[in-house]
Amino acid sequence: MTVSSEPADLVSRQKYFGWVGRLSAAQRGILIAMLIFAAMFIVYGWKQAAGLTPNMINTAANKGALLALVAMAQTLPVITRGLDLSVGATFVLANCLASTIVVDGPIATTFGIFGVLLLGLACGAVNGLIIVYGRLQPLIATLATSAVYFGIALAVRPQPGGSVNFELADFMTRSSFAVPHSVLLLLAVVVFIWIPYRRSVLGRAAFAIGSSEQAAYMSGIPINRAKMLAYTLSGLLASIGGILLTALTYSGAAKMSIANEYTLNSIGAVVIGGTSLFGGVGSAVGSIFGAFVMRTVGDLLIVFDINPVLQPLFVGVVLLVAVSLGSLRVLRIKNRLDIYR
Amino acid sequence: MSVSGVIARQFDRATLIAFACVIVLLLIGAMVEPAFLSPKYLIQQLHTASFLGVVASGVMLVILLGHIDLSIPWTIGVGGMMATGATGFLGPEWGVTLAVPFGVLCGALIGTVNGLGVAYLRAPAMIFTLGMNAVAQGLMVYHTGGFAPQDRATEFMRELAVGHFIPGIPNPLLIWIILGAAIVFMLNRSVLGRRIYAVGNQERSVFLSGVDTRKVILACFIFSGASAALTGVLLAGWANRSYQAMGDPYLLPTIAAIILGGTNVLGGRGKYVGTVAGVILITILQSMLSVVQPQRYFAQLGVDIPADTFRQVVFGVVIIGMLLIYGRQQLVR
Repeated sequence: MTVSSEPADLVSRQKYFGWVGRLSAAQRGILIAMLIFAAMFIVYGWKQAAGLTPNMINTAANKGALLALVAMAQTLPVITRGLDLSVGATFVLANCLASTIVVDGPIATTFGIFGVLLLGLACGAVNGLIIVYGRLQPLIATLATSAVYFGIALAVRPQPGGSVNFELADFMTRSSFAVPHSVLLLLAVVVFIWIPYRRSVLGRAAFAIGSSEQAAYMSGIPINRAKMLAYTLSGLLASIGGILLTALTYSGAAKMSIANEYTLNSIGAVVIGGTSLFGGVGSAVGSIFGAFVMRTVGDLLIVFDINPVLQPLFVGVVLLVAVSLGSLRVLRIKNRLDIYR
Repeated sequence: MSVSGVIARQFDRATLIAFACVIVLLLIGAMVEPAFLSPKYLIQQLHTASFLGVVASGVMLVILLGHIDLSIPWTIGVGGMMATGATGFLGPEWGVTLAVPFGVLCGALIGTVNGLGVAYLRAPAMIFTLGMNAVAQGLMVYHTGGFAPQDRATEFMRELAVGHFIPGIPNPLLIWIILGAAIVFMLNRSVLGRRIYAVGNQERSVFLSGVDTRKVILACFIFSGASAALTGVLLAGWANRSYQAMGDPYLLPTIAAIILGGTNVLGGRGKYVGTVAGVILITILQSMLSVVQPQRYFAQLGVDIPADTFRQVVFGVVIIGMLLIYGRQQLVR
C-alpha cells in the first residue's frame, strides 16, 4: 500500500480543478474576492456615462483603501479566532488625533504621524493585554474598549474640525502615472507588515491558534505573544487608516456612526475576502479585495440610480449573504452531530 | 428544596457584588446629596431602569445559549418606529388600536430571521445579528426617507410609558416586574428553561438527548427581538415620539448589565436576579455621572471635555474592571 504524501482531499481537488484546486483555502478566497471585485468594477465602469477616468479611479481607490486598512486590521484577530469590535473606534480616534497633531511643518508632521501610529499600537496593545492576560472574551473586551477609545476621541475633538498638513494629505490622496497613491500605501502595508508577519513565527502561531488553541498549546506555540502581536498590529493598521481618513477629509470628527460603520463593514470585507470567522484560515490580501467589493456595492447603487438611502440595507444584505454562504458547509456535513459543538 | 433555598440559590457571587456596588454608589451619593435615598428618586431610577431591564431580559436568554444579539439597537428603533407608524400600514383606525402589538411583532420578525440564521444556517451569531442590525437600519432609513411617517406616540403608548396602573408603580416598572417574574419561573421551573441552560453548556449533548436544539435557539432569538421592540415602544411613549437612532445608546449598557450580573458570556450559567442587579447598577451609574458632572471639574482646570466622554470611558472601564474580578475564562490546558 502506498502512502500518499498529500491528503486525499487535495489530490481529488487537483484532479477536478487543475491549478485552482492546488490553491489553499485562503488563496481561493482571495481569488474569488478578486473576481467579484473585477466583475463589479467592470459593470461600474461600463454603466458610467463618462467611462473610467483616472480621477474616478483615484476617488474609488481612496474610499476603498480606507476600508481596506480597517479590514486588514480586523483580519489579524479573526485569524486567531478572535474579533476586534474596536477597530472602528481606534480608526476614529486616530483620525481625531491626526487632525490635531499632524500639522504645521515637516518635522512636526513626522512626529505627529509617529504619535498617531504609537497611539494605534497602544490601543491594540491594551486590547491584547485585556484579552490575553485578563482572559476576557474578545467580543466583550473590545466592545468595552471601543467605548473607551471613542470617549477619548470625543475628548480630543469635541467638535468636528481641525486640519492636516496639506502637502502630506495631497500626496497621500493623489495619483502618479494613473496609479493612486492610496493603492501604493496598501501595497506597502502588505509588503512591509503583512508578508513579514505571515512568515514570522508569531504570525504562523496565530494561524495555529485559530485552528485549534488546544493543539497549539500542546505543541508549545507561544500563544500569548502571538495573540498580543495580532491585536497590537490590528491597532496599528487601524491607525494608518485613521491617518488616511484625515488626509481625505482634511479634518477630524468623533462620530459614533463612522466607528460603527467601519467596524461592521470591516467584518463584511473580511468574510468576503475568504477569511474564516472560525479562525485559522485567511489573508489580509483577501480582506483588501473584500473591502473594495463592499465599497463598489455602494458605487453600483449610484450608477444604477437606486436610492442612496438604501445603502445600509444593501451592505447588511451583502453581509448576511456572505455569512450565510460561509455556512453552506452545513449542507455538506454527513453526520448531523458534527453541526453541534 | 425549601423556598428559602430556592431564593438563596438565585444570588450568586456576581449578583451580590453588583448589589453591593449599587448600595455603595447610593451611599456615596447620599453623602453628597441626601435626596439620593428618597423614595421618589429611587422609584424614578427604577422607572428609567425598566427600559433597560426589558431589553436585557431578552438578550440574557440569548447569551445563556452562548450566542449574542447585536441587533438590539435597531430592533429597538424598529419597535418604536413601527408602533408610531402603524397607521401607515394598518389604516388610521387599526393602526392606533394595534400600534403596540404591531411594533412588538416587527421586532419578533427580526428575531425570527436572526434565529433562523443562527440556529438553522449555523452562522456565527455576532456577525449575523450585526448584519441584521444594518438591514433593520436600512429598512428604517428607507421607511422615513420614502414618505413622511407618523412618528407621534399614541395615547395608549404614552400611558404605557409614563402612567401608573397601580398607584406608586410606573407602568414600565410593572411590565418589567411581570416579565421578570415570568422569566424567572421559565428558567427555573420549565422544560424550556432547563433546555436553555443545557444548550448553553453543551449543545451536542442536548441534541443527543433527543431535543431539537434549533427550536430552543429560535425561540430565544424571537423573544430577544420582541423584548427589544417592546423597549422601543416604551421609549417612544416616554419621549412621545420615535426617532431613528433611539436604540443606539442601549447596546453596550444592555450587554454590560447582563455580564455584570454574572451571566457567563459563553453561555450556560447566569441568574436573572443578577441581570436585575446589573441593570440597576448601570442605571444608577449613569444617573450618578449626570448628577456629579465630572466635566465641570475639568472645565475649572481649563480642560474642555464633553460629558459623553466620561460616560463612555467610565462604562468601558467599569465593564472591564468588573469582568476582571469575576468574569475571567479558564486557561487553555
